[in-house]
Amino acid sequence: MEQVEKIFETRELNVNMGPQHPATHGVLRLVLDVDGEKIVKVTPYVGYLHRGMEKLGESLSYFQALPLTDRMDYVSAMSNNIGYVVAVEKLFGIEAPERAKFIRTIVGEMSRISNHLLWLATHALDIGAMTVFLYCFREREWILELFEMICGARLTVTYPRIGGVRNDISQEFLDSLYKFTEEFPSRILEYETLIDQNRIWLQRTKGIGVISAEEAINWGLTGPTLRGSGVRYDIRKHIPYDAYDKVDFDVPIGTEGDTYDRYRCRMIEMRQSNNILRQCIEILPPGPVMADAPKFTLQPKDIMMPVTHPTKEHAFFIEEKTCKGCGMCLRACPAKAIFGEKKKPHKIKQELCLSCANCYVACKFKALKIIPGGKGLSDEKLAEMAASAAIAEEIKKATELLVEQFTFIKKGPRVPEGELYVATEVPKGELGFYFVSDGSGKPYRMRLRSPSFVHASVLPRLCDGHLVADVIANIGTIDIVLGECDR
Amino acid sequence: MGIFENIISPAALDSLIKFGIDVGIILIKIVVVLGVALLHVAYATYFERKVIGHMQVRLGPMRVGPHGLLQPFADGLKLFFKEDVMPSEADKPVFYLSPIIFMAAAMTSLSFIPYTGNFMIADVNVGLLFLFAMSGLGVYGIFMSGWSSNSKYAFIGGLRSTAQVISYEIAMGLSLVGVMIMAGSLNLSDIVKAQENSTFGIFAIPQIIGFIVFVIAAVAETNRTPFDLPEAESELVAGYFTEYSGFRFALFFLGEYIGMLIMASLCTICFLGGWTIPWYITKILPFLSYVPGIVWFLIKVYAFIFFYYWIRATVPRYRYDQLMGIGWKILIPVALANILVTGLVKILW
Repeated sequence: MEQVEKIFETRELNVNMGPQHPATHGVLRLVLDVDGEKIVKVTPYVGYLHRGMEKLGESLSYFQALPLTDRMDYVSAMSNNIGYVVAVEKLFGIEAPERAKFIRTIVGEMSRISNHLLWLATHALDIGAMTVFLYCFREREWILELFEMICGARLTVTYPRIGGVRNDISQEFLDSLYKFTEEFPSRILEYETLIDQNRIWLQRTKGIGVISAEEAINWGLTGPTLRGSGVRYDIRKHIPYDAYDKVDFDVPIGTEGDTYDRYRCRMIEMRQSNNILRQCIEILPPGPVMADAPKFTLQPKDIMMPVTHPTKEHAFFIEEKTCKGCGMCLRACPAKAIFGEKKKPHKIKQELCLSCANCYVACKFKALKIIPGGKGLSDEKLAEMAASAAIAEEIKKATELLVEQFTFIKKGPRVPEGELYVATEVPKGELGFYFVSDGSGKPYRMRLRSPSFVHASVLPRLCDGHLVADVIANIGTIDIVLGECDR
Repeated sequence: MGIFENIISPAALDSLIKFGIDVGIILIKIVVVLGVALLHVAYATYFERKVIGHMQVRLGPMRVGPHGLLQPFADGLKLFFKEDVMPSEADKPVFYLSPIIFMAAAMTSLSFIPYTGNFMIADVNVGLLFLFAMSGLGVYGIFMSGWSSNSKYAFIGGLRSTAQVISYEIAMGLSLVGVMIMAGSLNLSDIVKAQENSTFGIFAIPQIIGFIVFVIAAVAETNRTPFDLPEAESELVAGYFTEYSGFRFALFFLGEYIGMLIMASLCTICFLGGWTIPWYITKILPFLSYVPGIVWFLIKVYAFIFFYYWIRATVPRYRYDQLMGIGWKILIPVALANILVTGLVKILW
């Protein structure tokens, strides 16, 4: 009898969920011990997307580390950028101008909406509601297009800068954004018709992954994941940064601390973000978008423009005496604006010129001259200007400034010594940057407190006593992105 | 002739020829039904992708052919040329056999369905029971595939599917008992004929409870959303056919869509009057009686299949225990009560 019992001992099935799995939101690996459908134990393993960002930050200057933050939480890159620049600004002791603060609030809230849309989309898809997924992507696409309108990038934006933002926003953008804020509440209603009171949705989310307020605080949860448990903690309210103290908004909280409450919190948060956007559009003050602190911020690009990015105002001119007629510029010109015979000085048809600077780059004999503000002038006038000392001086100055900027970015500014921790409210929770500065242009230590990492650790607690399908709901509800979790 | 006369008597020869003709007709019918069914499956996938696409503010397939009309063939061709991957340490014979069992069970069911009053492959008196037997047999294919794949996802998917199909088969069987009582027969064409002569023209009205139970159970039986737990892609990757690729995967896919066709046909036959239309409709619009029966049959079947797609695009997925709860705690008692009521009414009238 004993022998038989020994042979037929039962044990839990060990399922390896991830790192490649449709519902683990990236490369999260969960090792599940399941007894039939029941979960006995969940062990999350992280680190599959580790890129050593903290260490990288030590060898890059403060300016150079900014694009790294895009790659952390790529779903809400804008918020991560803002978190970084707000922290660095505090370290430098500078402050962004009012307009820049409002612009950052706008893009931060847009990023919050787009993050919550993606969260809702994937969360609903995991639970099986496929249509919500595509509805959400429709609006997310709209926001990404708005991002593209501001800075040309959709996902990894790197738009905020230390001391402000990269460029001012246009009226055209504000109009489109206003249209979005008018339309968006009705779109939220559309998602809610599909799931909010849906019997299956309620059954799948109510009472799943319950965590009490006290426990949630002890686990270090932040953001909507914490607020779902009924803790009114929002950094935007408590330690306001940017323009959050000048706008009016509520912080929604839940009561039960289950998946459904966290879902409700995020849905209301989207509406609140929409309100914040509208207020910001109305208040948005005029003024500069970069702080006036030349020791800590980058120079505006337009001084170096003639050399780096010629605009439409710049004319190009071929100096007759230096041109050897090699034809390099002729071949490089995309608009076919350059003509001339071989071995003889070429000429540019100014009316066809796109000011793309391809010829300038192609010329090996420095025969091509950039003439700022020379667009639309006659050839004689251009020849005169090309020969003038003032123009040459301007170009020289721009080139020098370019070199100066290069070293400035590479070496970084002189930073006051010390250490500080600055947290911002990104859509996923509290994103904290901890800097130790030794006075050089690079941080001695950069430490990130990423909400996803903390939230991933609470998974075993949330999945306690649930079924396999609830693991998926729980991964969705804590809203993690592995890029940020593994850093 | 002379040689035959020596071996076989003219009467026997006559019957032999008759038998041959019968077999020939059945073979032709099988070819027709199989051809139509396979084409149907090809275009049911297209139909599904288009319907759900438009529901989800997308276009669906648009690239292959005008409006993506050739997409099913492109998909089929792709599956043909895919590598047939088998996991290491998989149970080879079982692994190979299971899609065939699954497919064969689904295909066999096709032969018992009366498409019109006079077109069916086999007119069996226990047609309804036979359909149940076949869909029960299909479970073996699912279970064996889950068992033999040597993959935990497939294993869990197989277990889930087995439990689900078995428990919902009970609810489905019970929901149809009311129909059997009303029609007094298990023969599918007789059920349709009984409806034609009944007061309401279709059984869906007097058997409304049975109809609802049947529709829910049919969705579960074919593993469709919201009961698609065996292949819940967010949990189990693809469920029991996770490890299948290429043509073996296609067999499962075909089997599943044929299963949908069968369930839709069964619903049409048992509840919606098959190839007939209710007498009161022809009374109001007499010209409708000139429309051939197969048209009505197909309209009803596709309406039901559309309903499948519609709920797939609308609702989330149930959890395993909730699904079992619905099956055992709601559907089966309701179906039993329905039988009781139907039986009492039948006795009293």
